[in-house]
Order: sequence, then C-alpha cells, then structure tokens
Amino acid sequence: MVKVRGLANVNAMGASGGINPEVSQSQCEVISNKRVGAYHHITLAAPTIAEHARPGNFVAISVGDMRSSMLLRRSFAIYQTVPRGPFGGTLEIIVAPHGPGSTWITQREPHEKLDVVGPLGNAFKIPKDPVRALLVGGGYGSAPLFSLAETLRQKNSRVEMAIGASTAERIFAPVEGKRSVHSLMIATEDGSLGSKGRVTDLFDNSLSAIDIVYACGPMAMLKALTEIGRKTGVLVQCAVEESMACGVGLCMTCVLPVRDSDGVIKMLRSCIEGPIFDGATVQWDGIGTIPPGTYGAPR
Amino acid sequence: MNNFDFATSLAHAKFPNPIFTASGCAANGRELSAFFRLSDIGAMVTKSVMSQPRSGRATPRMAETPSGMLNAIGLQGPGIDTFLKEDLPWLDANGARTVVSIAGESVEEFASLARKVRSAQGVSAIEVNISCPNVENRGLVFACDRNSAREVIEAVKRSVGNTVPIIAKLSPDVTDIVSIAEEVMNAGADGLAMINTLLGMVINTETMRPTLANKTGGLSGPAIRPVAVRAIYQVHRAMPDVPIVGMGGVITGNDAFELVLAGASAISVGTASFHDPSAALRIKGELESLLVARGFKSFTEAVGFAHRGEL
Repeated sequence: MVKVRGLANVNAMGASGGINPEVSQSQCEVISNKRVGAYHHITLAAPTIAEHARPGNFVAISVGDMRSSMLLRRSFAIYQTVPRGPFGGTLEIIVAPHGPGSTWITQREPHEKLDVVGPLGNAFKIPKDPVRALLVGGGYGSAPLFSLAETLRQKNSRVEMAIGASTAERIFAPVEGKRSVHSLMIATEDGSLGSKGRVTDLFDNSLSAIDIVYACGPMAMLKALTEIGRKTGVLVQCAVEESMACGVGLCMTCVLPVRDSDGVIKMLRSCIEGPIFDGATVQWDGIGTIPPGTYGAPR
Repeated sequence: MNNFDFATSLAHAKFPNPIFTASGCAANGRELSAFFRLSDIGAMVTKSVMSQPRSGRATPRMAETPSGMLNAIGLQGPGIDTFLKEDLPWLDANGARTVVSIAGESVEEFASLARKVRSAQGVSAIEVNISCPNVENRGLVFACDRNSAREVIEAVKRSVGNTVPIIAKLSPDVTDIVSIAEEVMNAGADGLAMINTLLGMVINTETMRPTLANKTGGLSGPAIRPVAVRAIYQVHRAMPDVPIVGMGGVITGNDAFELVLAGASAISVGTASFHDPSAALRIKGELESLLVARGFKSFTEAVGFAHRGEL
C-alpha cells in the first residue's frame, strides 16, 4: 500500500482544521487479539502511527480487501501506543463486535494484516500546569482515557476516573490502566459492578475539586456531563462517537452542529475538527437536525 | 514503463492520465493530498459548489449497503466565493488540474456560477452537476428532464463560451439516457460525466424507520458499476466522438478498464476513496499496467474498444 509521509505537513500550511498532519496509511500485522469482557483488545504493529499518535487520536480500518462488500472504514479511538517495544512500534485498540464490519475485525488472528489509516483527528488538550482532572468513559469509551491519564500524570496532575456501562462485561478497565489513575469509580446500569446506575449519577450534579473533565462515550452521556460542567463552571472536553464513512474528511457524513469561536453554528466533521470538542460548543440537542441559524442552513 | 501514452483529453482540455477523483468523494483536495500528490492524477474534481454557503442535511447522512453506500449529504459546502478564494488557488498552487463541479437550484444560479468559475485561474473544465439526487423536489433534478437539462447547459454555455470545456453530469435514473445525452450535447456541452448516484433507500429494521434523515439517498459503489457500464456503452455507441468521464463503483484498475472499454475517456474514482484514500493513485498504476499488458500503445486506443466491429 502507498505510504507517503510528510506531504501533509507541507500541504496543510495555512489550512485551518486540516487532516492530522502525521497521518499515514499502512498494512499493519495483528500481533495479538484478546477477548476482554464484551470487547476485543487488538494489538497491531504500526511503528509510524505509534510514533505520532496523541491521546484522543483515532485510526480508520478497512474491512476485508478491495473486493469486500463492506466499503466503509471503521474508526476506533487509540487505546494506547508503544513506540518502541519487542514488536517495534505497536498500536492498541478496543473493538466491540456490534455489526458485521467490526465483527470481521475482531475475528482477525495474529499475522493477518489490516489496512490502517492514522493517527486521525485532534487530541485532548493538555493543560500546561498540574490540574485535578476527571476522566469519564462510557462503555469502551474509556479506552482512550488511560493514555490520557498517563500523560496528565506526567504533568503532575491528579487523575480521577469514572467508567459506566450497561453491565460489568462492558466495563473496560484493565489492571495496567488502573495504575494510571489516582481513583477509579465504576457504575453499571444493572448493578453487576460498582454502583448501580449511570456514570453521571456518580457526580450528583457537582464536580467539587475538579478543574477539567475529559469524556468519551455515547452522546447522551457527553451531553449530561457538559450540563454538569456548565453548572459548576468546569470545562468538559468531549470525544464524540459519530458515525463515519471514511475517517479522513472526504465524505461529510460525520458532521455535528458546533458553535465556533465567532459564535456561528457550523456543521463540523468529527473526523477532522474533532473528535474532541469543547462540550459547551456542541449543540447536543441539535444533533440529527440543522439547528436554526446554522451557517448555510436552508432559508 | 515504456513509450505507452497515458494522456487523454476532454474537448480542448488535456490531461497526462485519465484517472480523476469524483465530485463529492474527494472534498476539495487538502485531505487526499496527505496520501498522494494531487498532480500525479489526471484531475481533481471538486465537490459541487453552490452560490451560497450550505449546511447540508441533518444526520444520519449515510448507510452502508451491499458493495456500496447510500448518502444524502445535501451539498454541504463553502459557497462559490469562498471556494474561489481559498480552495481553487490552493489546488492550483499544489499542481492539481481542477475540474470545478457546480450545482444550482435554478438555471440562473448555474449561469452565474459558471461566469464566476470562467474567470478564475486554474480551471481545466467545469462539471455541471444537473443530477444530484438529494434535492427537495425530484422535479428539480434537471438531468431527469430533457428541457430542464437543455436550459441549464445552454445558460452555462452562454456564460463561458469556449473558454473552458463544459462537462454535463447525468443521472442514470432516466428511461433513456441517450436522449438526455444528445440534448445536452446539442445545447453546447463539450463532454459528459456519468453516472451520478442512483436514488435509493434503506430502512432500519430495529427502529423500523428510514435510516437516513433525508429518507432517500444516492447509491454508489461497486453495486452500481454494471449500470455505469451500460449507460456509458449506450451513449458511446450513439455518440462515439463525445468524451465521457466514466464513474460508478471503480475500485481497481480492472474496473476502470471496463468503463474505458465501454467508452469512457477518463475515469473518476469516487466511493473507493472512502475505502482506500490512496485508491485513485493505485488505480492509475493498475490501469496503466493492464493496458500495457494488453498491448495497447496508448490509452485512447482502448476507449470504446468493446464496440469494435459493431455496425
């Protein structure tokens, strides 16, 4: 497969909100594929991506070869990368087999190859000074939060994490990940692990002793956290899960209404301008609509 | 490779090779330029642009279908003025040959867009998208009606004269595509782009409602390739001298070859770029190898080769 690096660095100059300048496309060998609860933890040999990925970035993986009947790439948040290890640089993702495409990916065995494009999208913004951070994950939305926790701790931040899911087997909280955080709270809707209820119930509308929230999960959870953040004056960085066809900014399917710095609502691509947005700028109630006043809305 | 001549032309516009992007599947070039040099392919066909900025439609805008996809984006875009100020100069500076695709809701809008594009620097051709399926009123699909199609092309021709070739983009959702093709050629088009997507629908059996917010959408991908081959074959048969930009589910060089044999003088790579952002460049290499292996000395020799010996 073609592998051209560095071109985007030059071409992206002057372009705002362009594709991740570090993106590359490569055939990545599966190193391991392990079942973790309801998910699969897949490790890929991906030296170029591993070198450049930052917490919050994602990868887009094709399903089958060019004769596949499933044409659209599946996008996954990067769980973690190891730039230099026994297999060279590796990339790890957490995949839930919920459709035929993601199921195909979870069936790959070691030595098989996957066509991977990445790193894609923007990254979580990391404050320069130490902060008290709360990281909230819904289901396998916790996956990108562990490398974020690691980065925050290197800046001497205090990191609390909360993970919620419908049931225990949908909580992704690996032992090694738990070491990256100072505290971990878990909530399941059926009460099979941690507190019974939703993860947002854990905060009871208050965020005492928290400077910043980072969240990844379903839109309803992100919306609820943004609301809690608004009431308490805390910034909430949200990694959205919007359905993507290409992951690289071509198809315009993964858009959502976001208020830009000039106060104008625009339909922004979550693969290019996201997936991380300041929750306060996302028009959560307008998702699935073109909110009135949106730039270029039908008159 | 050897002395193989890969060049092609659409009226008086010349291209070093026949592999183009497809409108709406390549944005306006910046993203793809992370994967290959845009100057390495024949031309970059930009996303159909309208007079004003446009938000496009609500989500969901897309559904995967067997060997294809359904989309209803709704022509989201920056509007012609921003496009001409920001996107076109960038493409020109990066060595891309650009086919600017325009879309309007009225004959006047098409004419005014064409006037603006005509005077811009770095335009190889204008694609007149009279066949976008995602419009409010199906009666507004100009390419589905001979009179409407003719009026748009005549107006665009009056706007640009012979300064830049006009490519009319046709819909396969018509009873007789040859008659529409003849109409737009008589109206002053210099070539044809075909096929646009087919109108389709997917219903989600969980929610028991249409999947797309727009309910209907345009079907693309390999699922529609036989329709493209048929349409190109029919039109080339009727008008062998008319240059056709062929598109419809081309994923490999062999797929491109099939459209060339039917009569396409250039090939647009569309949905394949979602599957593989390097697809256009890969297909270019595959097609060239294939033509050389089959003993063709030039690309143009292969155009319409499936028609040889026909009366």
